[in-house]
Amino acid sequence: MENLFQWGGGMWGGIGLAVLQIVTFVVILLVLIAFLLLFDRKVWAAVQLRKGPNVVGPFGLLQSFADLIKFVLKEVIIPAGANKTVFLLAPVITLTLALVGWAVIPVAPGWVISNLNVGVLYLFAVSSLGVYGIIMGGWASNSKYPFLGGLRSAAQMVSYEVSIGFVIVTVLLLVGSLNLSDVVENQAGGIWNWHAFAFPTIFVMFPMFVIFFISALAETNRPPFDLPEAESELVAGYQVEYSSSPYLMFMIGEYVSIVLMCSMLTILFFGGWHMPLPIPGVDGLPEWLLSLGGLLVFIVKTTFFFFLFAMVKAIVPRYRYDQLMRLGWKIFLPTSLVAVVIVSAYVTFQNASGRQEFDRLDADSSGYLEAPELAAVILPSGVDTDNDGKVSLAEYRDRARS
Amino acid sequence: MEDAQTLVVEYLPVVIFLGLAIAISLLFLVASSLLAPRKPDPEKLSAYECGFNAFDDARMKFDVRFYLVSILFIIFDLEVAFLFPWVFQVAEGNLPAFWSMMGFLGVLTIGFVYEWRRGALEWQ
Repeated sequence: MENLFQWGGGMWGGIGLAVLQIVTFVVILLVLIAFLLLFDRKVWAAVQLRKGPNVVGPFGLLQSFADLIKFVLKEVIIPAGANKTVFLLAPVITLTLALVGWAVIPVAPGWVISNLNVGVLYLFAVSSLGVYGIIMGGWASNSKYPFLGGLRSAAQMVSYEVSIGFVIVTVLLLVGSLNLSDVVENQAGGIWNWHAFAFPTIFVMFPMFVIFFISALAETNRPPFDLPEAESELVAGYQVEYSSSPYLMFMIGEYVSIVLMCSMLTILFFGGWHMPLPIPGVDGLPEWLLSLGGLLVFIVKTTFFFFLFAMVKAIVPRYRYDQLMRLGWKIFLPTSLVAVVIVSAYVTFQNASGRQEFDRLDADSSGYLEAPELAAVILPSGVDTDNDGKVSLAEYRDRARS
Repeated sequence: MEDAQTLVVEYLPVVIFLGLAIAISLLFLVASSLLAPRKPDPEKLSAYECGFNAFDDARMKFDVRFYLVSILFIIFDLEVAFLFPWVFQVAEGNLPAFWSMMGFLGVLTIGFVYEWRRGALEWQ
């Protein structure tokens, strides 16, 4: 996508190529999510010693597609008292916002629809907007249960949004960039460089991973935080009046954003497309093969986190609403705020001392260490990553890594 | 011109993605309205209330705490929005920037402690 205008003969060729890439991406994503949905039900069934869906296709593999066809063929019921436009707009917004978040997710080295340099900010903005779909659906139905469910859901989503924001900031502090590909590249080299495990920040970052995981459950209205659709209290919450394909869109949107959260966990804490251990001799392989391998690693990691989501759904009992708000505001918010302070202090003082050292070595204050200055310091080979014969501050800082 | 082209190269795919996502959503709606039967009757179209007829309008008064939560959210979400660009200064090892943000966070923490003590975070 970097070379959008160079590849396909002018602007229209570039746009055509982009459309083709996006269509391929979305189709593969939706098919994978159809299977993940089945996987979710199978895990849930296995925990309860049931078989789960096993009739449509071998092992029930085609169940999700059968469900899709059935949903689309059912009657769309719009309640008489409902605000028709908003009622139909709500699922459209939910599904659209869940999908567009994927535009900046790097799934393999160089394989990203749009490599925004503010990718994290974009993702944060899009996931914040997600609450609109639900509150619109709840309000437009003009029915008591959807109304209460929509209110609950809005309050719950905004509460956990805050701690998710702080957790993302702790990761970005370690990276020093808002670009998601940079976040992944910062974790290259092995499991000991992954943000969740890197020493010495592991003591802060691993708890941050746990907070992000639990907040992601709350953010996507998954059990044990599915209070907006708690069957015993609110029937199905904001979805009560929905049927047919509007309901289907809510459900797909929910699963798309769950998988988006899983991929964010992978990218922010678990090294994205990088293998846990560096494999010798892998650099000689062609680039597309490396990317394909990276994609596979990414999918495996994301599926693992989806498995954790499914297990939580099967095992953990539902929270009470006051407990949910207490957890978000009184525990996660202060904890993640303290973590931001600790991580920023660690990074600032480390980089400030590195800078002083660099300025002392840089005798002619040119901003680079050149030939005469380099003689005064012992640096590991390969520190000059851009091979221009001089070492910049950034390269000097990364010397331990190279 | 160079900047404009970079902007287009980076953001055009996002816009196309948005258009495609909207198209997929609308496709579901259109497919249902074309393929599905439509036989409305008053009972089917009434609001669901466990079998009763709806007593009154559903858009009723609700607890003021929901407002309170959204106001608190705005304060803290803005705080997060301020932290994002600050990340670059931390990466530079900029000590004045670090201490001024600590002052900002300190003021907000005082506000947070005040809210907590006043019981704004309680749900009884």
